Amino acid sequence: MAGMRTVEELLKLDPTRYDITVFGAEPYVNYDRIMLSSVLAGEKQVDDITINPRAWYTANGITLHTGDPVVVIDAKARSVTAQSGLCVGYDRLLIATGSKPIVPPIPGLNLPGVCAFRDIRDVDTMIDAAATYQRAVVIGGGLLGLEAAWGLKRRGMAVAVVHLMPTLMERQLDEAAGRLLQRDLTERGIAFFTNGQTEEVTGTDRVTGIRLADGRAAPADLVVVAIGIRPETDLARAAGLEVNRGIVVGDNLCTSDPDIFAVGECAEHRGQVVGLVAPIWDMAKVCAHHLAGGADLAYSPQTTATRLKITGIDVFSAGQLAGGEDEDEVVLRDARRGTYRKLVLRDRKLVGAVLYGDVADGNWYFDLIRRHADIGDIADRMILGQAAAQGSSGPVKLDTKSLADDAQICGCNGVCKGTIVAAITSKGLTSYDAVKSHTKASASCGTCAPLVRQVLADTLGVEPDGPAIPTVCKCTDHTHEDVRAQILKQGLKTQAAVRAAMAWKTPDGCAACHPALNYYLLCAWPGEYVDDNQSRFINERVHANIQKDGSYSVIPRLWGGTAKPAELAVIAAIAQDYNVAEVKITGGQRLGIYGIKKADLPAVWARLTAAGLVSGHAYAKGLRTVKTCVGLEWCRFGTQDSTALGKQLERLTWGTWTPHKFKMGVSGCPRNCAESSIKDLGVICVESGFDLLIGGNGGTELRGTDKLCHVTTEAEVLEYCAAFMQLYREEARYLDRTAPYVERVGIAYIRQRIVDDADGRRALQQRFMHAQSFLQDDPWAERANHGVDAREFQPLPALGATP
Amino acid sequence: MTSWVQVCRLDDILPRGARVIPAAKGEIAVFRCSDDQVFALHNRCPHKHGPLSEGIVHGHQVACPLHGWVINLESGAAAAPDIGCAPKLPVKLIDGTVWLQIAEGN
Ligand code: SRM
Ligand SMILES: Cc1cc2nc3c(=O)[nH]c(=O)nc-3n(C[C@H](O)[C@H](O)[C@H](O)COP(=O)(O)OP(=O)(O)OC[C@H]3O[C@@H](n4cnc5c(N)ncnc54)[C@H](O)[C@@H]3O)c2cc1C
Ligand code: SF4
Ligand code: FES
Repeated sequence: MAGMRTVEELLKLDPTRYDITVFGAEPYVNYDRIMLSSVLAGEKQVDDITINPRAWYTANGITLHTGDPVVVIDAKARSVTAQSGLCVGYDRLLIATGSKPIVPPIPGLNLPGVCAFRDIRDVDTMIDAAATYQRAVVIGGGLLGLEAAWGLKRRGMAVAVVHLMPTLMERQLDEAAGRLLQRDLTERGIAFFTNGQTEEVTGTDRVTGIRLADGRAAPADLVVVAIGIRPETDLARAAGLEVNRGIVVGDNLCTSDPDIFAVGECAEHRGQVVGLVAPIWDMAKVCAHHLAGGADLAYSPQTTATRLKITGIDVFSAGQLAGGEDEDEVVLRDARRGTYRKLVLRDRKLVGAVLYGDVADGNWYFDLIRRHADIGDIADRMILGQAAAQGSSGPVKLDTKSLADDAQICGCNGVCKGTIVAAITSKGLTSYDAVKSHTKASASCGTCAPLVRQVLADTLGVEPDGPAIPTVCKCTDHTHEDVRAQILKQGLKTQAAVRAAMAWKTPDGCAACHPALNYYLLCAWPGEYVDDNQSRFINERVHANIQKDGSYSVIPRLWGGTAKPAELAVIAAIAQDYNVAEVKITGGQRLGIYGIKKADLPAVWARLTAAGLVSGHAYAKGLRTVKTCVGLEWCRFGTQDSTALGKQLERLTWGTWTPHKFKMGVSGCPRNCAESSIKDLGVICVESGFDLLIGGNGGTELRGTDKLCHVTTEAEVLEYCAAFMQLYREEARYLDRTAPYVERVGIAYIRQRIVDDADGRRALQQRFMHAQSFLQDDPWAERANHGVDAREFQPLPALGATP
Repeated sequence: MTSWVQVCRLDDILPRGARVIPAAKGEIAVFRCSDDQVFALHNRCPHKHGPLSEGIVHGHQVACPLHGWVINLESGAAAAPDIGCAPKLPVKLIDGTVWLQIAEGN
C-alpha cells in the first residue's frame, strides 16, 4: 500500500520524471489490506478492495510484475534481481516491503490449518476452513486477532481467542475498555483464554487444537496466528543498508544509501516503526516530494488513532492511554449504556483518549490532541463530549465547521478537511459518493463517512443526507422511519392517505409497500384502522400456507407444544377424511396437515374449531410458536415450570401482528432444550428466576440472542415480553426480524427502554395489551363459522361444456 | 370460433382481488384492479405455474404468490428481468357484469 501510494503521489507531482517498474511478491495488483477484515467478515469481496486495476498501471506507463518478488538488491550496480531472474537497473529505488507476521517458536505451526492474517491467501485459507470446519482458535487478542475472530464467527465457526495479556488490545486500550470489549465479544459468542501462553499446536495431518502452558487446551480445526508483525527488512539488510528494527530512514525517507528510499511498515524513523496507514500516507507524500526533486518537506510522526472494525462494537483510542506523574486522568463510566471514556490531560492539553461504546466524539478529541489545542476553559466538561463542553444542548451534531483545514477527516487515507472542501468546490461535487471517489475520504474502513457527509453538507450549505437507509420500496424515497413518523404526526389513517401525503411515485403502490403500509397503519391505529386483506400476502390473506402445488397447509396452535388426545383425534380424522398427503411434526413443535385445497379450508377449520383448536398463525408475520421443554414437571434438571410459562406467553401474545414473524422458546435450565438462544425472545429458567434473551434468529443468518436481563417472577417475564414485543412492533422496519432490529439499534438501547425505564416498559406493555384486545380473534373460527371472506374460498362456476 | 360468456358481477370480485374460473384447459383468473378495470389470464405463472389469482394486485400488475414474479395484467407478460407470459383472455365489463371471450374447447 505504501509503495503504490508513493507512486501515485509522485505521478501527481511529476508524471514523466521516471520510467517506473513495480515488483510485487503477491500475485495481485495493489489492494487495500485494511479491508481484508471486511472480506473475511463477508461484507466485501476481494474485487471490491483493489486499489488500482491493471489498466491504471498501463495508462500511467508503469511496468508491473506481480507474483515475482525481488530477491537481490545490488546497490553498487544499482540494479535489482527478481525471483524469475529478471534484472532491472534503477536511478532511484523505493523499498516498501511492509511487514511479515511474527511466528512464535512453538511446535505445530507448519500443520495444514494454521495461517496468519496478512494477505489475500490467508483470508482464502480462513474462508475455506470456515466452509468445511467448525472450530477456530485465534492466537492474539490485538486488533488483527479480534477482527479475524469476528470474521470467522460471522462465517459460522465457534471461535476462541488466546491472548497472552490479561486484557484485550492492551496496546491501544486501557484495562477498563479492554474488559468491556471482552465482555461484549463474549456476549457475541467468542470465547477467551486470557493470560494464555500457547505452548503447542497439536495435530498430525491437520491441526486438532492448541495447548497452553498452564495446561488449558482448546480443540481447533483452524488456528490463526496474529500476535504481531515485524518489518520485512531481509532484502535491505543483505544489500548493506542500515537496519535496526526497520530500515533506517531520515526525515526525507531516504535510507543510508542516497539513491534508496523506504516507506511503510518496513521503515524505521527516529526509532519508531508504524503499523497503521495514516502515518504511511504522510510518508508517501514526503517521499514522493523528494523523489520528484523537492527538498522542503520533512516527515514527522503524528499521533495516530485506532478503531476496531467490528460491526456494532465501537472502540476509539488515540495518544497516551494512561496518565503518569504529570498527567491527569478523567474517567466517565455509564454502566447502564455500557459506555466508557477516559481522557488524559497534561498542561491544559489533551494528550490521550480512550472511548468505548459511544465514539461519536472521537474525532473531536483526536483533533484536539493533534492540534495540541489549549483546552483550559472546557477541561472540566469535555469528558461529557463536544456538545456539553461547548454548551449546546440537544443531540450532538458533528461540528465540522469549526475544524481547521488541516484537520484530518479520514485517517485511513490521510485526507484532511481542506482537501475535501477543495475537491467539492473545484470539481463541483454534490454527492457523497462523488466525494468519496474523488478524494478517497472514507473509502477504506468507512468509519468517517458521517464526517465526510457533514463536510459536504457544510460546503454546499445543506443538511447532510444520511447513509443509504432503506426506503419502504421503489415507489418512494421515504424511509420506513419517515413513513411511520408521518403516519402518527399527520394522523394518516389509510394507505391512500399515506401515498398521497408522502408523494408516492406510483399511486397504487407495489407488492412491497402494500403489506408494509398495512402493517404500519394497523400498528399505529389499533382498533381503528381496518385491516386491508388485499394488501396481505396470500398466506396471511387466507390464514394458511400456500404450497408449491397451490394447495395449503393447516397448522393449529398446540399451546407450548402440548396436545390433548381429543385434539390429536380430530387432526387424525381430518387427515383421513380429506385424504391429506401428510401430517408432519413441524420444526416448531406442532402438527401440520398438508395438501388441503383452498375451497376445503373453511370446512377443515370448522372441525378444528369445534375441537377447541385455533389458528397456529404458521403463516403470519406475527407470533408463531412458543417452544418449550418439559422442565420442572418431568426433567431431572428442570428449575422452573417452563412448559406452563411457555403456554402463558403464548396465550398473552397470540394473534398479534409484528414486522416479521416472532418466535419464542422457554427452556427449563441452561441446557436449553427449547433452543431459546436463537429465538426472537428466549427464556432460560434458572434457580433464581429467569434469564431473558432477545434478538436470536435461526434461518438464513444465524444469530445468537443477546441477554436482556434477569428477572425473578413469571409476572415479570410476561411484562417484559409484552413490552419488548411492542417496542419491536413500533420501531422495526417491516420484514426486519428482531435480529437485524436489535443489531441496528443496539442491545444497550433496548436495555435502556425495557430494563432501566420501568415506566416506559409499563407504557409499552399497556399499548401491547390494548392492541391485543382487538387482535385476539381466531381467524379460522371467523371464516369457518361466520362466513368472513366467503368469496375468497369459492371459485366461480366452471366454464362447463357449453361455453 | 369464439364467443362471449357472462362470468360474474364486478362486485363478486374484491377491488385488487381475483376470482378463479375452473375450465377444461385449466383455471382462468379474473382480476379486478383498484380502478375497477378487469383482466383475465390463465391462472399459471410462467415461472413455476404459481396460481396468479392468489397474488397481490397493484396498478395493472399482479405479484405471483410463489416467488414474486410481477406479471402485467394488460399483456400477461412478466416484468423484466424475468421472461415469460401468462396467456391473456379478452374480457369486458358491461353494466357491472364481467364477460369473457372464449374459444371453442376452453
Ligand atoms: C412448517 C415448517 C417446517 C416443518 O415442516 O417443520 C416451516 C415451513 C416454512 N418456513 Fe420455516 N418452517 C418451520 C419452522 C422454522 C424454523 C424452526 C423454528 O421455528 O424453531 C425456522 C428457524 C428459526 C427462526 O425462524 O429463527 C424457520 C425459518 C424460516 C425462514 C428463515 C427466517 C429468517 O429469519 O431467516 C423462512 C423465510 C421467511 O420467513 O422469510 C421460513 C419460511 C417458511 C415457509 C413459510 C416458506 C414460505 O414462505 O412459504 C415454509 C412454509 C411451509 C408450509 O407451507 O408449511 N422459515 N422455519 C416449520 C413450521 C413451524 C411451525 O409450527 O410454525
Ligand atoms: C487484516 C488487516 C487489517 C488492518 N486494518 C487496519 C486498519 O483498520 N487501519 C490501519 O491503519 N491499518 C490497518 N492494517 C495495517 C495496514 O494494512 C498496514 O499498515 C499497511 O498495509 C502497510 O502498508 P505497507 O505498504 O507498508 O505494507 P503492505 O501493505 O504489506 O505492502 C507490502 C507489499 O510488499 C510485498 N513484498 C514484500 N517483500 C517483497 C519483495 N521482496 N519483493 C516484492 N514485493 C515484496 C508484500 O507481499 C506486500 O504485498 C491492517 C492490516 C491487516 C493485515
Ligand atoms: S432445558 Fe433443562 S430442564 Fe428443560 S428438558 Fe432440557 S435439561 Fe431438562
Ligand atoms: S411460480 Fe410464479 S414466481 Fe415462481
